Amino acid sequence: MEFKDYYKIIGVARDATQDEIKRAYRKLARKYHPDVSKEADAEARFKELGEAHEVLKDAEKRAAYDQLGANYKGGQEFRPPPDWNAGFEFSGGGPGGGDGGDYSDFFASLFGRDFRAGGAGHAPRHAKGEDHHARVLIDLEDTYHGATRTITLRVPSVDAQGHVITKERVLNVTIPRGIREGQHIRLSGQGNAGLGEGNAGDLYLQVEFRTHPIYRVDGRDLYLDLPVTPWEAALGATVKVPTLGGIVELKIPEGSASGRKMRLKGRGIPGDPPGDCYVILTIALPPANTEAAKELYRKMEKELNFNPRTKLGV
Amino acid sequence: MNTENSAPQFAICILEEQTQLTLTDLCRACAVHDEQIIALVDAGVLEPQGREPGHWRFGGASLHRARRALRLQRDLEIDLTGAALAVELLDEIESLRTRLRAVGGEY
Repeated sequence: MEFKDYYKIIGVARDATQDEIKRAYRKLARKYHPDVSKEADAEARFKELGEAHEVLKDAEKRAAYDQLGANYKGGQEFRPPPDWNAGFEFSGGGPGGGDGGDYSDFFASLFGRDFRAGGAGHAPRHAKGEDHHARVLIDLEDTYHGATRTITLRVPSVDAQGHVITKERVLNVTIPRGIREGQHIRLSGQGNAGLGEGNAGDLYLQVEFRTHPIYRVDGRDLYLDLPVTPWEAALGATVKVPTLGGIVELKIPEGSASGRKMRLKGRGIPGDPPGDCYVILTIALPPANTEAAKELYRKMEKELNFNPRTKLGV
Repeated sequence: MNTENSAPQFAICILEEQTQLTLTDLCRACAVHDEQIIALVDAGVLEPQGREPGHWRFGGASLHRARRALRLQRDLEIDLTGAALAVELLDEIESLRTRLRAVGGEY
């Protein structure tokens, strides 16, 4: 197990005052709160931060940690001495942050796992199991066609010796057709087991989409950049467009400018009503990499009296 | 043994579209007492249908909003009004980010 440098995590000196610790913690907590932050490791950082604060804000725990930590550096291999907390008594308190105060093994080895209960009082004999919340990453095609995804959940449970262990649970989940990014799939009774005769909790999966190489997504609508040639845009043409449901033909009106937005009604994510697929024209210039191509450009220059900068007054 | 094939498969529902929650459902799913949900309704974070708390029906999206507001209050030691404001601003940021992505911007 690694030693955790709680001072480094909060970003204060070892002799910081309680006020300095509180201020530094609050600032970082706002920065890394998983509801606020977009950083990939926000959740882990926030948990670590909550744990560090749990120890350092409490004079008893801080003193115990200081006594122990003087000889260690963050990340170093750590084993608590057998009599390490003799003389200290911990008064307990609510979990510091994150769902249910999920502390590291390092914290648990020092202050115990029971600490997470946080003075909840007497546990009822029968109670509904805890709900589980997780995320599932799917492809855009999965919401169009529907799909089945195998999801592995790590579920903490208590073994015969009373130790908290992590078990893996594998579920096959049907991804409903038409589900949108950010929505939740509810699986009734697939959360933690209930206590006594209580029902099991529910499992909620928040759906996220993998970035798609072609489409961008806004709710049920899709956006697609479609390259067209200058002559297709100028003269009009019928061109092929890939959609989730297959290739369709799109009529480009003559005189279309770059950036023109065209709508393929009902070709977005299925639903009631289904989303649309917006096609945005981008005019692709043929490269002038042969003498013939250069000649064509020179001919246009001579024959078309065209200045795209007249609006700029130049 | 192939775990993929032996894993049980479940019927599911989309929370935001096919679910309506009562006050009791929401309290249980958020693991809080009803006063805390009532306070979120009073602050305008949640907008149930129905007049009396006993008749309230919350859309499925309320669960995510309620949990977020409760987490922000608890973890960042902010009051209800502050959490309500934060939830609204976060919603706005999310929809702006989605729009930005749709027009081809970063995020």
